[in-house]
Amino acid sequence: MLKLSLNRVGDLFAKIAEAQALYLPVEKAGQVDYDKWTADAKVSMDHLNTAKSAKDLFFPQVERMVDFKMEGKNIEIKPHALSDEKFVLFGVRACDMKSMEVLDKVFLAEPVDSFYAARRMNGTVVTMACSEPEESCFCNVFGVDAAEPAGDVVTWKVDGELYWKALTEKGEALTEQIKALMEDGDEAKVEESKAAVREIMGKLPLANLNLAPFQPEKLNEMFNSPKWAKLSEACLGCGTCTFVCPTCQCYDIRDYDTGHGIQRFRCWDSCMYSDFTMMAHGTNRPDQMQRFRQRFMHKLIYFPSNNDGMYSCVGCGRCVSKCPISMNIAKVIKALGEDKDE
Amino acid sequence: MQRVAEMMLERAKALLADGTVNRVVGWEMGEFFYDLTPAVFTADGLDKFVYNGFSGANLSKYMIKECAKDGKALVFLKPCDTYSFNQLINEHRVDREKVYIIGVECRGMIDIRKIRDMGIKGVTAIREEGEELIIDTIYGEKKCARKDALLEKCLCCKGQEFVVYDELLTTGEAFTVGGNNRFAKVAELEAMTPGERFAFWRNELSKCIRCNACRNVCPACSCLQCVFDNPKSGIASKANADDFEENMFHIIRAFHVAGRCTDCGECSRVCPQGIPLHLLNRKFIKDVNEFYGEFQAGADNTTKYPLTNFTKEDVEPSIVTNRGGEN
Repeated sequence: MLKLSLNRVGDLFAKIAEAQALYLPVEKAGQVDYDKWTADAKVSMDHLNTAKSAKDLFFPQVERMVDFKMEGKNIEIKPHALSDEKFVLFGVRACDMKSMEVLDKVFLAEPVDSFYAARRMNGTVVTMACSEPEESCFCNVFGVDAAEPAGDVVTWKVDGELYWKALTEKGEALTEQIKALMEDGDEAKVEESKAAVREIMGKLPLANLNLAPFQPEKLNEMFNSPKWAKLSEACLGCGTCTFVCPTCQCYDIRDYDTGHGIQRFRCWDSCMYSDFTMMAHGTNRPDQMQRFRQRFMHKLIYFPSNNDGMYSCVGCGRCVSKCPISMNIAKVIKALGEDKDE
Repeated sequence: MQRVAEMMLERAKALLADGTVNRVVGWEMGEFFYDLTPAVFTADGLDKFVYNGFSGANLSKYMIKECAKDGKALVFLKPCDTYSFNQLINEHRVDREKVYIIGVECRGMIDIRKIRDMGIKGVTAIREEGEELIIDTIYGEKKCARKDALLEKCLCCKGQEFVVYDELLTTGEAFTVGGNNRFAKVAELEAMTPGERFAFWRNELSKCIRCNACRNVCPACSCLQCVFDNPKSGIASKANADDFEENMFHIIRAFHVAGRCTDCGECSRVCPQGIPLHLLNRKFIKDVNEFYGEFQAGADNTTKYPLTNFTKEDVEPSIVTNRGGEN
């Protein structure tokens, strides 16, 4: 394990950025989101969760896929090149790292999504263990250890030092680049900090959410629960929960008519929207209750049914803190899980 | 506030019991102390009814949906919320006869995000002691001034007048909320050079994720289907493809609600990216006031809207170039 004084973290970023692009939490107009590092960027080392998750770096909100150009009776097809930018993504929390496992299941399964795969291949992820979890955190419910994230490199902030440990080959390669700045770190210090964080995690208000009732065989029962009507009653049908969610992965493919050609792009979609999965016959979820139900059934029943029990929620708490009407997956898990009380 | 909340619950039960209404629209207790959800209650669900410093959500817009149902509904509105409801009456979006309105005293609502932005993490409880908030957190007790944690809309409170109601629940005690000049920031932006102003708005609007929370919560945005959601409109879009769209979505929306926006502040309250959208609306309100005389949307049911009512004194379109400034 290596370490570096947090006072010198700017040197570390500069060194990393010499060899490839560096993305990390940056404050802009009062909001912290992942952005490209520059010497004058306002890097935020203390922020727990960025407003948007780390998924943007692999699955951006908008992405051009292919252009079509029409001339007379000919159509020229020009696919967009895959991203070849080598980059390091620094400061990813354990929950967001777990979300990449979820996204990998979707985008790296056959047929592989080449846009996503290219970014995953070109990206090296440096995670950061949490030191001050929020009351809205519940990653432990999904088997995530906030004190010990996965990633190519994992880092811990302890007593003014940044501790650094490579976990993969990619991580080793990055460590080689920056090794000269580092000194040997004492593992015992990190262990102490891990134990403290785990203790906090265990005491958080949402730490004991019970996922046991959310099993594939309960699909019909859950789907037909009368509770959805009440849970979705105040839903505004906005896309906040889906767009800040690190695991929501639905997108729409659209054509933009330039007048002399077509630009085909994909952009994030939200199951909360009225025209989500609109087909020739119309929409198959005409009211908000059905759209709302789709989001949570997908995360808690459909996705795990198709992916060896992996839930597509990682407990980051963004929907808990961002939903305009404060309706979120924690409330849904509690409400539906309590059916036995009736 | 606790006293008002108790009176509200009592009145809700009584009005349900005597059949005046068949349901109650209010705020439901959440998992924490701050995450209240708007909800429709019947008698047996009222144990979760709550009214406290986190009842910031404006319930007026929900009444469009409620008015389509059978029977009369009771709704609790804070003074500023009544302007939104009145405006919805003026736009024929709600049926006054199907709503029983109880106006409830409000001393300003707290914004949990402002508390988080102060660097206060892991909040588990808040109690008010005079003008101070005592905040329990996982990491120990913290304090802040109540006024520093108020929602933006409350800092520029419209006052304690209710413009539409059937009955009122107030304590009769004297208090003041807000007091800020709501046009101060707008004037500051107006005083900038076009380049500085553009930079300010680019910085803010580039954060937009196009979640549409601002539009969907807005009582003035009550179209059955928004043109941006209609795949047949040719301009439907689910994402900002470029910075032009990031800018224009919000500016166009501000134009659409100009002269109808009551400045309820819900757009800024719900924005997950903390964009000060209310400033766009306030710019329009300030201009309307300057061009056509003081006007408050939703204040009454008789005043004609300045933007749909021609008078000979109206400014000429050339005002745009006269005031546009250099760039």
